[in-house]
Amino acid sequence: MAEIIKKATRESYGEALTELAEEIPNLVVLDADLAAATKTGIFKKKYPNRFFDCGIAEGNMIGVAAGLAASGKIPFASSFAMFAAGRAFEQIRNSVGYPHLNVKIGATHAGISVGEDGATHQCCEDIGLMRTIPGMVILNPADDVEAKAAVRAAALYEGPVYLRFGRLAVPVINDPETYHFEMGRGVTLRDGRDITIVATGLMVAQAVEAAAELAREGVDARVINIHTIKPLDRELIVKAARETGAIVTVEEHNVIGGLGEAVASAVCEQYPVPVIKIGVEDRFGYSGPAPVLLEQFGLCAGNIVSVVKKALKK
Amino acid sequence: MDEHVKRNLKRKACQIRLGAVEGVFCAKAGHPGGALSIADLLAYLYFKEMRIDPENPKWEDRDRFVLSKGHACPSLYAALALRGYFSMDEMKTLRHPGAMLQGHPDMKHIPGVDMTTGSLGQGVSAACGMALSGKISEKDYRVYAVLGDGEIEEGQVWESAMFAAHYKLDNLCVIVDNNGLQIDGPVAEVCSPYPIPEKFAAFGFHVINIDGHDYDQIEAAMEEAKAVKGKPTAIIAKTVKGKDVSFMENNVNWHGAAPNAEQYEVAVKDLNAVLAGLEG
Repeated sequence: MAEIIKKATRESYGEALTELAEEIPNLVVLDADLAAATKTGIFKKKYPNRFFDCGIAEGNMIGVAAGLAASGKIPFASSFAMFAAGRAFEQIRNSVGYPHLNVKIGATHAGISVGEDGATHQCCEDIGLMRTIPGMVILNPADDVEAKAAVRAAALYEGPVYLRFGRLAVPVINDPETYHFEMGRGVTLRDGRDITIVATGLMVAQAVEAAAELAREGVDARVINIHTIKPLDRELIVKAARETGAIVTVEEHNVIGGLGEAVASAVCEQYPVPVIKIGVEDRFGYSGPAPVLLEQFGLCAGNIVSVVKKALKK
Repeated sequence: MDEHVKRNLKRKACQIRLGAVEGVFCAKAGHPGGALSIADLLAYLYFKEMRIDPENPKWEDRDRFVLSKGHACPSLYAALALRGYFSMDEMKTLRHPGAMLQGHPDMKHIPGVDMTTGSLGQGVSAACGMALSGKISEKDYRVYAVLGDGEIEEGQVWESAMFAAHYKLDNLCVIVDNNGLQIDGPVAEVCSPYPIPEKFAAFGFHVINIDGHDYDQIEAAMEEAKAVKGKPTAIIAKTVKGKDVSFMENNVNWHGAAPNAEQYEVAVKDLNAVLAGLEG
């Protein structure tokens, strides 16, 4: 077996921006004093004249991004998910979403895998917030390969995009040689007839691992990677509901407002089957090493296996 | 300023005020007070200062205008209509369901509106982004943003002020409509933003204080702002809320209320009298 390479998607974000700079001359990058952490520092180093630090002022940063977009630039406004989607929500809603401006929001350090910084920085509400903004595209890539493809797709797409990245290094599960990213299209990573696991972001690798374990136990689970949470690939989800009869969703986000609810809503309307949500159970996180927290919050392959088995017993 | 030019601008301002009052009257809602206070500034910008082309509203090299105090849009809409961006008849359907003219500026649907605003404190950040974009692309357009004196209570205004000075946005000119009143009362009593000029100066702006209804002072300030290099300019314009409508002047109750038919008649009479006075 080949060695598993691990990399944080925030790292991919910074690298992808840098790689795109020559091809897309209007691309500019904004940050709010977190360039070292969001990894936009990689871009800053190579293109200092196209990088603008806004200081610790996320509301203004989003407004500046709106003005840049209104003047033909393609700004990537970067901060932690908490301060981008959270603190600057209303600026995103009114200055970006409503005028449908070509602003990209690069939100790193999403979810509880922020780890030691604790609850104030562990944003599990951003997908919910962004989903409620009409016209907002939400991308939550699973690994390095997908993250880079997502940044590229966002840059080439005309309109507001929210990109969600993690702090924790996660396994690279896609092959850069063959991987193809299509915004709004889910990826079936494993076919199966008994149940479907729909996962997003860093939970995708866990879902794949869980499906392998389930296969050893005789359960044939389908795995779908939803990298685009909005617009959701309803067709693929409803097909899975029809063909497998039950869905388990997995996300590093509050079970309220996230992938699980989006999937449940699509299934409810078109082909009702049980949808069981694995996520952060409407509570705040706490300090600790990310792998420990993910384990304790049930955001791991082991818990997916037991939830699937329980679901199939019903 | 040439007397003929000045009289023409005053006429335009009066027509802006008439259009704004008509819009608010027809909408049975809106914000006449702060719309009337900025009419002279708008007349100067749209009929003397700004490099714009109503035939080509999205022209890349145009000067930009951001009404950060978006609620004053009846005057902006009237100015745009008078300048030829759309028909003055649109004012009659301001705020009506399905109409083009929204309760606050909407850049997606209204020709000539450079930024969607209405949530206070946000427009000026976008103006900074536009100015920065001009710097990046080495374009010589200028960006004007009108802020309310109540609006500057928003923290984002000062975030943007820091940003504008830090990036030496000398192509940005912020104008504060200092009419002294906000919804809950005099700005000095609600949660005082005073002293305004000192605050902008401390944030690194070149500051000019003027009477926002005096065209010689407006012109001098705009020319001075253009000559300033290396820092943004803030023009603090002392204005009269409800200007030129007798019962609205300096009356906080007209911040966000529409006149009834009787009051509308008085307002039109007041403004027509001003217009007649300019005909001599």
